Amino acid sequence: MTATAHAHHGPAHLQHHFETSEQQFDSAKLGLWVFLLTEVLFFSALFVAYTSYRSLHPEVFAYASNYLDTNLGAANTAVLLLSSFTVAWGVRNAQLGQRKLLIMNLIITLLCAATFMGIKYKEYSHKYHEGLLWGGAEHSIFKHNQFMILDAVKEHSHAWNEGVPEAGVAAVKDLSNDQRRDVSIFFAIYFCLTGLHGIHVLAGMVLLTLILIKVLRRKITPEYYTPVDLGALYWHLVDLVWIFLFPLLYLIR
Amino acid sequence: MSNHDSHEEHCEHKGPHVVSLGLLATVLIVLLGLTGLTVVTGKMDLHGFDLAVAMLIATVKASIVCLIFMHLYWDRKFNGMIFLFAVMLLGLFLAFGVLDLGQYQANVDAYRADQIQP
Repeated sequence: MTATAHAHHGPAHLQHHFETSEQQFDSAKLGLWVFLLTEVLFFSALFVAYTSYRSLHPEVFAYASNYLDTNLGAANTAVLLLSSFTVAWGVRNAQLGQRKLLIMNLIITLLCAATFMGIKYKEYSHKYHEGLLWGGAEHSIFKHNQFMILDAVKEHSHAWNEGVPEAGVAAVKDLSNDQRRDVSIFFAIYFCLTGLHGIHVLAGMVLLTLILIKVLRRKITPEYYTPVDLGALYWHLVDLVWIFLFPLLYLIR
Repeated sequence: MSNHDSHEEHCEHKGPHVVSLGLLATVLIVLLGLTGLTVVTGKMDLHGFDLAVAMLIATVKASIVCLIFMHLYWDRKFNGMIFLFAVMLLGLFLAFGVLDLGQYQANVDAYRADQIQP
């Protein structure tokens, strides 16, 4: 097909500045991969902060990691892997024109994302309650001066009073001011990394919902499934980041 | 749409590659298995190799996701190159960060010690 300038030939989804659907698809995909590159760099600054700090204070990471729940972290990993599978299956459905399966897979992916955020909420609220926050936060038990820590938090926080006895982890009240400052940096990195990742999960949910609407409105066909393909690629990146976050944060001995 | 599992080098583009459901399911099972493995090895004492083993498993998992779920194995090579480039930049960033830290941390510590003395 030869497309002359500004004349609308071919299928409805083909924009006039592209020769063919294939060219349009490849351009979109190339653009998304460049976007994923910037996403990797976006996270890389936090990974550098993590690496610098862990290499200086390995003992702080081993100590603070005991306050993260490995089971919840592993559950979240499994949930995200499952969602990656369903979204990859969704791309196959879109390519083959299996509309009902595609709708099902997108909904399962969204449910997995919601489950991930639910578990994340449980973890965050537990940490807030325990005062396991970065040093500057009001509820934190990691203030540099223990007299600045709220009495209300000291009273009910197991981390402050007992530590993790079964893991032989000292109570936070027995740490020196310097040690508390160091642990507060671990939690600052933890919340930045998981928080930025969580924002990506939420953005992914919005994206997948928009794609689902497109599918329901019959805008997705085997000839034009670019939104599904690109949305899936973005979702896989969210999964990739978590694959590294899980062992780096939760699995430190 | 073309649906062929054995695909040769991508010189000419013959429509999108459709990954078989069996392969996708196998990948999911392998990924879940590797997650279990990393939890188990994370609890063992590997004599200083803990982090290396955890990162090796994570890298294997990430590679499988990239190659199969993200279609990079069948995709145009240029897309894969872009992603490899991102990983290389990350490596460069990390390497220079660590080098800088090794070089100057002693100065920072000395400065801090001075501040506390008087």
